[in-house]
Amino acid sequence: MKILVPLKRVADPDNANRIKIAAGAASVDTAGLEWKPNPFDEYALETALRLTENGATPKVRVGEVVVVTIGPKEADTTLRQALATGADRAIRVDANDEHLDGTLVARALERIVADEKPDLVVMGKQAVDGDANQVGQMLAQRLDWPQVTFVATLQEEDAGLLVGREVDGGVITMRVQLPAIITVDLRIVSSKSVRSKITAATFAYNDGVRFAALPAIMQAKKKPLAELKLADLVPNPTLRIQYQKFELPPARKAGIRVVDVADLVGRLKNEAKVLLNDKAYGLSLLRQLRIKQVGGEQQWLTFW
Amino acid sequence: MADILVVAEFSEGTVKKTTLSAIAFARTAASGLGGSFSILILGAGASAGAVELASYGAKEILVADNASLKDYIAERYHPTVVAVAKEGGYSVVVATASSFGKDLLPRIAMALEAGFASDVSGVSVNGNQLVYKRPMFAGNAYGYCTVTTPIQVVTVRQSEFSPAPPAGGTSPQQTVTTTAASAGDARISFVSFDQVKMTRPTLGEAKVVVSGGRALKEQFNEILNPLADVLGAGVGASRAACDAGYAPSDYQVGQTGKIVAPQLYIAVGISGAIQHLAGMKGSKTIVAVNKDPEAPIFQVADYGLVADLFQAVPELTKAIQASKLLQPVSCLFF
Repeated sequence: MKILVPLKRVADPDNANRIKIAAGAASVDTAGLEWKPNPFDEYALETALRLTENGATPKVRVGEVVVVTIGPKEADTTLRQALATGADRAIRVDANDEHLDGTLVARALERIVADEKPDLVVMGKQAVDGDANQVGQMLAQRLDWPQVTFVATLQEEDAGLLVGREVDGGVITMRVQLPAIITVDLRIVSSKSVRSKITAATFAYNDGVRFAALPAIMQAKKKPLAELKLADLVPNPTLRIQYQKFELPPARKAGIRVVDVADLVGRLKNEAKVLLNDKAYGLSLLRQLRIKQVGGEQQWLTFW
Repeated sequence: MADILVVAEFSEGTVKKTTLSAIAFARTAASGLGGSFSILILGAGASAGAVELASYGAKEILVADNASLKDYIAERYHPTVVAVAKEGGYSVVVATASSFGKDLLPRIAMALEAGFASDVSGVSVNGNQLVYKRPMFAGNAYGYCTVTTPIQVVTVRQSEFSPAPPAGGTSPQQTVTTTAASAGDARISFVSFDQVKMTRPTLGEAKVVVSGGRALKEQFNEILNPLADVLGAGVGASRAACDAGYAPSDYQVGQTGKIVAPQLYIAVGISGAIQHLAGMKGSKTIVAVNKDPEAPIFQVADYGLVADLFQAVPELTKAIQASKLLQPVSCLFF
């Protein structure tokens, strides 16, 4: 199976509370924050690697994993990291982040897919900087391929993939034939979430994504990394969404430490006033009372 | 003049309450731009759902009731939404950013060659233009943006758009043709929906949310459920608790889980990773119970209690119960 994995680098998400707003409020200033691969894209890469190997012998890749990013020269670091973890080839589409939006990224990826002809595109469900959650679906539309978003489990079958999607209220299971677009959610990197046809049913991965060993990091420097230009892929790139200004959220006012439970309950009632005048709660207790009585076959409270 | 199309969420035979947030957006945007809004409802049996939407002040309720729309699949739904949006000449297509809206709307945007503003937390009108406020970087910044295309596609954050109340009147219903599925539909099929049994308010609608972290271990339910019961609360969890299997993944509150803004949020044994804070720091009052005095959750908590949760939470449950015992009696008189 040939799999394409789009990657994005983002400002260190674990320190996102340290971002600032640039003078003039026209942009977000992430100075001082390290660039990291978007976590969901790391999960997508891990998914692609698991799908193209026997978990017991991960050094032999069955098929090909190609990673692609759209960004400036410095984004090569993100690609080299992916190559060190096991991807076979990399492509960087040269562009400045501020000249991109979801539509342009999807249009550029559409062209890469046309050239590379992968069986499957696996990508993160969202990038944790813009938090938009859009490119996978947009790419599916451009290609007229089926899309399966928010995927938490994935099993290769003879005719395609059996996938579990985490949605509001539960899990939807779907079957999809290739080629297709998959966007992955957090739990796709659990120990048994992804199963290729050649991995034993009893095999369990370590939870999370794999790390590159030092020799692999050295070898990754020799793996192919092609460079393309955005303008060659997308003629007349125009932004469909434009940001006028940014601001930091209002800081929450400093809270207090309560001494014990009684202090807490007192403050919730008297200061925050979130435990008083709770008519709904009273009614809900009455209803519970009624149900209990009905359950005990004493129906005198059923008028409620 | 600019008319707005709301895409309703219809599932398991009823209209999802999430729809009311998109209607709230549509009212604001339509009145600001001097237009009207219509609601499109799709699904097998959607005509019954259309009745539920009749009193919200829409110009009309467009109904695509077709057996082929029994289970939601983007490839099957989007052609009809796109056709209706084009024919009706709508300027804005909106849905709530539930997993339904998040899956479907980016695809609609691309099909309409429209710009897409996702998960917006606010909207204002500047001249004849809509300005969207979007939380970014796990809620650590807000971006204000406009969409440059003639048609705009938007999803709205449920916790930031209070459910629209009924407006009275009865919107007329109109049947629309279900457009054939797109080519990708031949390669995808629905197998099953395993629903998490919910006896409590859903996280999106609960006025009180009690959330637990990994520290609760196997006692997650044993410790939290009684507290949730006395408060009539929804139950949430941190990613760590979900990953460890102590709570179903549907409970997860955070940047990539559910985003909530209840009146009262009680975080139990949750350290407060940035990704978790992104899902709950819009709550009105935040209480944190944690034995680690340095836990970052205390930085956003209005009330912090440094304590062993296995003792403190049952004690809190009892204290709240005691303080409320008279409530059912008093509410009879008001």
